[in-house]
Amino acid sequence: MTHVLLERVSVARGDRMVVSDVSLEIPTGEWVCLIGPNGAGKTTLLHALAALIPHTGRVMLGDRELSRLGRRARAQQIALVQQDSQLPSGMRVADYVMLGRTPYINYFGREGREDRRVVAGVIDQLDLRGLTDRPLAHLSGGERQRVVVARALAQSPSLLLLDEPTTALDLGRQLQVLELIRELQHACDLTILSATHDLTLAAAYADHLALISCGLLVASGTPHEVLTTATLGEHYGVSLRVIHDDDGSLAVIPVRPHARDAKPPAR
Amino acid sequence: MTTAPALDVVASEPMVLPRAHRRDALWLGLGVVVLVISMLAGLFVGAVDIPPQDLLGDLVSRIPLVSMHSPLSNVDRAIVWQLRLPRVVLAALVGGMLALCGAAYQGIFRNPLADPYLLGVAAGAGLGATIAIVFAIDITLVGVQALPLFAFVGAVVAVGLAYMVGRSIGAGRSSTTLVLGGVAVAAFLTAMQTFIQQRHTEQLQLVYNWILGSVATAGWGQVTTMLPYAIVALVVILLHGRLLDVMGLGDDAARTLGVRANQVRLVIIGAVTIGTAAAVAVSGLIGFVGIIIPHVVRLLGVRTHRILLPMSMLLGASFLVLCDLVARTVVSPSELPIGVVTAVIGAPCFALVLRTSRVHG
Repeated sequence: MTHVLLERVSVARGDRMVVSDVSLEIPTGEWVCLIGPNGAGKTTLLHALAALIPHTGRVMLGDRELSRLGRRARAQQIALVQQDSQLPSGMRVADYVMLGRTPYINYFGREGREDRRVVAGVIDQLDLRGLTDRPLAHLSGGERQRVVVARALAQSPSLLLLDEPTTALDLGRQLQVLELIRELQHACDLTILSATHDLTLAAAYADHLALISCGLLVASGTPHEVLTTATLGEHYGVSLRVIHDDDGSLAVIPVRPHARDAKPPAR
Repeated sequence: MTTAPALDVVASEPMVLPRAHRRDALWLGLGVVVLVISMLAGLFVGAVDIPPQDLLGDLVSRIPLVSMHSPLSNVDRAIVWQLRLPRVVLAALVGGMLALCGAAYQGIFRNPLADPYLLGVAAGAGLGATIAIVFAIDITLVGVQALPLFAFVGAVVAVGLAYMVGRSIGAGRSSTTLVLGGVAVAAFLTAMQTFIQQRHTEQLQLVYNWILGSVATAGWGQVTTMLPYAIVALVVILLHGRLLDVMGLGDDAARTLGVRANQVRLVIIGAVTIGTAAAVAVSGLIGFVGIIIPHVVRLLGVRTHRILLPMSMLLGASFLVLCDLVARTVVSPSELPIGVVTAVIGAPCFALVLRTSRVHG
């Protein structure tokens, strides 16, 4: 079953077309990762789906059109984890995660029993119980990212948008966060659309990749289909080697332009 | 699809978050106690010595259904009810309003340096008051005299201008462009005010008296003038407590949660402007309360706006009542301008609070 369907989606920033005619289909419960060079339009596309910037074309969410959904109804379906989330430093973790329930609470209302139950569930699920009373400023990088994901999950979304969810983390923390997201994907039947620079990690975790270059969708499919030396070389403009391991995993390795020289050329 | 199935998976060992009500109630109760004590102190202490037990007796005799004769003479009663009490109430209203508005602005602009005068209220009110004083304008509108009237109108016009300028600079209508608009408008209006003062130096002292602030009052006129605006501002701002927390995440994140960030900001700006303009109109430009009190409340460990806002209001009210007490007693029978007292007492206290909170982590 198709959950998210993009039909000729275009996004302009000012006079410039940043995303042009992207059509993409994401089945329910799948994780699709947007890859592509800097400025290709990955973040812009995520922001358009989160309705932060207007788009043309059609986005279907299940059997409903995104632009027809009200603000709150949309926020109950789609959650976005931004690249650099602002954390109000003094706020405590539990209060912060509770803010994710905003789409379910009336303008002047306050959270009810159901909201507290959902937040408690998310806190358990992300193993944050020991941190609930901790101010956000006192969290480590990995904890921060878990807390941000928790706030997004408190929205009880069916589509989770992740913009560079692991950029600021060390390799160990990156794997932890991505493992967590994969667990959540399966446990909640979440549909996930993420954006990342790290091709190897994208290949390891996403079900499908979509390569965006200069605002155009240039390739999509399984990691093995998309990550080829030819395709990457063409769109990243550098030489890359794709290594396939026996267990089916895949690694992308940059090749230095003058790798055969004993020393780099003098500048 | 609206509820995530996974959340039921963890139901094996349900943990329901404790309601925050009890802790909230404790904070607010503390704030109320501090305010009541401050206001009683303000009532008890004054130029004329009135024994506290007689004053209490008088208070009790005013409770309906209590048949008791007031122990106070008529003169003493007039001092208490027409001089001290209105003054204490006015100080509480102004202090509470400035601190509440400061907390709201710090939240909405995500800027710890924000105070209620951020978008030009002080400059606008200053120019309005200067015009009213210098040109000796003598009109009253629905019982309000020219000085508060001009100050109020000046303040509201200044914020309106700042908002328009801010909107025209940035297509994004972000909070930064609004603040820049406020800076531009305030600079312009202050220059106008200085120019008028320079041309009319003979009234300079009157203008400065107003600028330095005062809650001196005879009777309830200023309280009743300010009260309706204060109530509107207070109700609107307090109702937005949870949304101010959401705004702390940034405009984009607030939007992804279904909140219209610009609209919330506009409503808060409107409420703060009305409340602050009314406070400034009756009391002058009392500084420091609006910026410092919310920080003190945060240092106490209050983190969410739902409590930060009412606590700032209660402590701001208490602080200004006590400052006024100092203002009218230290150089008695003369008085210090209350704006000087708030700064002279407030600044070192604040530095001390900051220091201790830093030492203890």
